[in-house]
Amino acid sequence: MPKAKASEETKKELKEMAPEAAPEEEEVLLKSGDVGAGMTPEESAAPSAGAPAAEAAGEAPSAKRESVMATPQYIFKQVSNIVFGVLSPKLLKKMASAKVVTPELYDKEGYPVDGGLMDIRLGVIDPGLRCKTCGCKLKECIGHFGYIEMARPVVHIKFVPVILSLLRSTCHECGKILIPKEKLEKSKSILEKIEIEGGLRARRKAIKTIIDSLKAGNKCSHCNAKQSKISLEKPTTYMEGERRLSPIEVRARLEKIPDEDAMIFGINPATVRPEWLILTVLPVPPVTMRPSITLETGERSEDDLTHKLGDIVRINQRLFENINAGAPEIIIEDLWDLLQYHVTTFFDNDVAQLPPARHRSGQPLKTLTERIKSKEGRIRHNLAGKRTNFCARTVISPDPFIKVNEVGVPKVIAMKVTVPEVVQPWNMAYLKKFVERGPGTYPGANYVVRPDGKKKKITEETKEAALEELQPGYVVERHLMDGDITIFNRQPCLHRMSTMCHKVKVLPGRTLRLNPTVCAPYNADFDGDEMNLHVPQTEESRAEAEILMQVQTQLISPRYGLPVIGCLQDSLSGSYALTKFAELSREDAIQLLIRAGVTDVGKLPNKKTVNGREIFSVMMPDDFNFEGESRSGAKIVIKDGKLVEGVIDEKSLGEGSGFLLRALHRQYGSQTTIDILYKVFTLGNEYLQMTGFSIVISDFDLPSIAQEQIEQAIVEAENEIQTLIQQFHEGKLEAFPGRSVGETLEFKILELLNKARNKAGQLVKEHAKKDTDTRIMVDSGARGNILQLSQISAIVGQQALRGKRIEKGYRGRTLSCFKKGDISPLAHGFVRSNLKKGLSPQEFFFCNITGRDSLMDTALRTPKSGYLYRRLANAMQDLRVEYDGTVRDATGKIIQFKYGEDSVDVSRSENGKINIQRIIDTTE
Amino acid sequence: MKAKYDVTKHALVPKHAKASEKEKKDLLESYNITLHQLPRILKSDPAIDHLDAEEGDVIRITRASPTAGETVFYRRVING
Ligand SMILES: [Mg+2]
Ligand SMILES: [Zn+2]
Ligand SMILES: [Zn+2]
Repeated sequence: MPKAKASEETKKELKEMAPEAAPEEEEVLLKSGDVGAGMTPEESAAPSAGAPAAEAAGEAPSAKRESVMATPQYIFKQVSNIVFGVLSPKLLKKMASAKVVTPELYDKEGYPVDGGLMDIRLGVIDPGLRCKTCGCKLKECIGHFGYIEMARPVVHIKFVPVILSLLRSTCHECGKILIPKEKLEKSKSILEKIEIEGGLRARRKAIKTIIDSLKAGNKCSHCNAKQSKISLEKPTTYMEGERRLSPIEVRARLEKIPDEDAMIFGINPATVRPEWLILTVLPVPPVTMRPSITLETGERSEDDLTHKLGDIVRINQRLFENINAGAPEIIIEDLWDLLQYHVTTFFDNDVAQLPPARHRSGQPLKTLTERIKSKEGRIRHNLAGKRTNFCARTVISPDPFIKVNEVGVPKVIAMKVTVPEVVQPWNMAYLKKFVERGPGTYPGANYVVRPDGKKKKITEETKEAALEELQPGYVVERHLMDGDITIFNRQPCLHRMSTMCHKVKVLPGRTLRLNPTVCAPYNADFDGDEMNLHVPQTEESRAEAEILMQVQTQLISPRYGLPVIGCLQDSLSGSYALTKFAELSREDAIQLLIRAGVTDVGKLPNKKTVNGREIFSVMMPDDFNFEGESRSGAKIVIKDGKLVEGVIDEKSLGEGSGFLLRALHRQYGSQTTIDILYKVFTLGNEYLQMTGFSIVISDFDLPSIAQEQIEQAIVEAENEIQTLIQQFHEGKLEAFPGRSVGETLEFKILELLNKARNKAGQLVKEHAKKDTDTRIMVDSGARGNILQLSQISAIVGQQALRGKRIEKGYRGRTLSCFKKGDISPLAHGFVRSNLKKGLSPQEFFFCNITGRDSLMDTALRTPKSGYLYRRLANAMQDLRVEYDGTVRDATGKIIQFKYGEDSVDVSRSENGKINIQRIIDTTE
Repeated sequence: MKAKYDVTKHALVPKHAKASEKEKKDLLESYNITLHQLPRILKSDPAIDHLDAEEGDVIRITRASPTAGETVFYRRVING
């Protein structure tokens, strides 16, 4: 192998040969063939195919390493193309550094056996040993392939479908494709087109269809040989009619296929000869990818792959012996089948028709396919899902006293997660203090990194030396401090606002703290939610996070063009109450504003008493003009920074609406908006703190007139239903078109009951005590709605199960306390009582039916919609809006001719719309 | 197989029409694309059954759009 040679070359020679470092054999895949002429990437995902590429690529770095260490001599290379192919038996033997002939692993001394699966020519996994192939130690040697000479060829499970289509579409006598010469050109051009549309898979599928459509009978048009039907007996047995084709015969047929005909199948014979799809030589992966682990007891535990390879070698040797001894064909066949089974499960231990190979404990072996596939596999677990240092995760809790773009970090975390700071002449004294305090006192430092990359832990003993040593160029890993840049995140990361940049605020306690206004973008609550914190370690990443990811940059949702961050809960109730009712003395007003973080109260009118709108106006910029609506539909007018008219509620400040915030953002930018948001948020909270806020049971009292009217509405509905039911029994009820009489009755009953309930709701809205704290919550949009209010004070109403009244339960009735066939409202889930008065047992039961149903529904819907979202995100991840306004995929195909059909950038719009009138009005 | 129901009469089926050779050329030129980069529609699609479209033709679809009022979309006809 050239590799062993390369590492012994002198530096100069190495430099010369490095650009051509790939081995000079003709068969090396990296250089041969053109892109796309090989097999589909999926089919060549089997380890054997990727091997030579890995070997050739591994060549340069491993040889390079020594020279780089001394003097950095970089060798730049550009990948011009990648070819996927299948290894030929010849190349397999050539690239192997050992032939494996014995299933034994170690001798009596525990030393790897020559020709065994742990042969030290295949790489080293023991600290003391040196690799016999490259002479490197543990961790330096990347490992080397070996091979097993198969006593009889076997089928490669991943190539079964390709082989089948090859066998079916070619002549068993002459090997030529079963398309007559004169039709070949036309077929080729059709296939070419199909490949452009649907790839190689579609191409191979089409070959069979073309052959069938030619109706050439079952004769080869080239040699007139009669063809019989070839079928697959899953997983790996090919049948010709009733006769079994052994892998030897299959291979012989594949050998006959001419190169030109192989091309028709989308197989480039330079990289894949059809017969290579049958295994005559099995590559043995390097020991470095299947290391054994030493248990505490001193016992060795081998990797699953080693176990499986051991099985293969053992059966293979037995097969050899039996063949040589001239054993009866039945015994040989049996062993052959067993070998096939072991080789198949070596590649894939999850083949539908085969029992998976198991450990003695009964748990299935993890072989090659299992290493790559699924969520726990190499791709999704190790490549797509990376783990990092300098991060933290704990339970979150709210803290309205920290800024919106801050995150409260517990001291214990701040002392573990660090920030690297480079020592400079001007910050030397500053950083020395951190080192002096060490890892135990906050704010200290945990490590000192020397310019050569050596990392030293600071302890009581090493502290003095580290201080002594410290000089410009060193790096101190100091504790996290207030103002440090961090990245904060909560799963599931459904949109970009699920990961935002916050500044650190170190706090006592053991939870991560966040301002409740950012709950909405993270979709977080505090019922035990956990969140992740990451600390960027370089200046570049910190700058990037600060500029692109900070909370204020994420204010406006790119989904609907309105704020995703807004006031909630108490601050909404507070702002509403303040702007609607408040009359405060000037002193109280100033006190309130100061607590909200306003320092300049000069805007407050110089009067003995001021009202809430005047207090609110103090926070608005002086030149701000705004016209909007409150939730009730009343006008809101802000003129020259003064709230002249209207009440501030959820529609102005809330998440997902927040039109006032949107207007502020448009005019003053994100920083001002977030500052005002924080002040308004605190003002609302503080106002509630000042005035007190609580609910009373009497908030839900209704005046007797209202109670009577509600009762009357319900009785009326019940009477009407009674007449309907009577008509139904007498057969006088007329059915709606396309409905049965029963359905019509159900429909009418439901309609009447809903009407009664809505009437009750309306009455509650009109008659329930105004301006109670309960109503403030409802009217401001902070919590609760009128429907819930009327359920408490008037009537709960019909419980619906899948759009119908409740039908479930006993035969002909819902509960045993009802008569059979009773279709009255009360027997089918109509809850006549209200929650204040209390429910009857039946009513309570009905409420629980629907309650349980909706619980089930959410529990089942969450994973379903999550998967749906994942598929959508994966399908659309590389779509983008081009400069010409079209939406295109990665290949330049058009998906949409105009983004969103109207070319509106939603994040620059208001709720998806662009107010052209205002643009005209505001431009001179 | 003859279609039993004329889908073009249905309210939810947008208007499909065959684009003229000139329109097709202008379209490809204005987006600087090849025919291959256009979205596809099957020749057997019931909505273009009445158009006698051939592979490579471009179909202009005029749809009602919730954002833009009315929008025009193009598809190339493929076999199948
Ligand atoms: Mg939660
Ligand atoms: Zn080695
Ligand atoms: Zn033939």
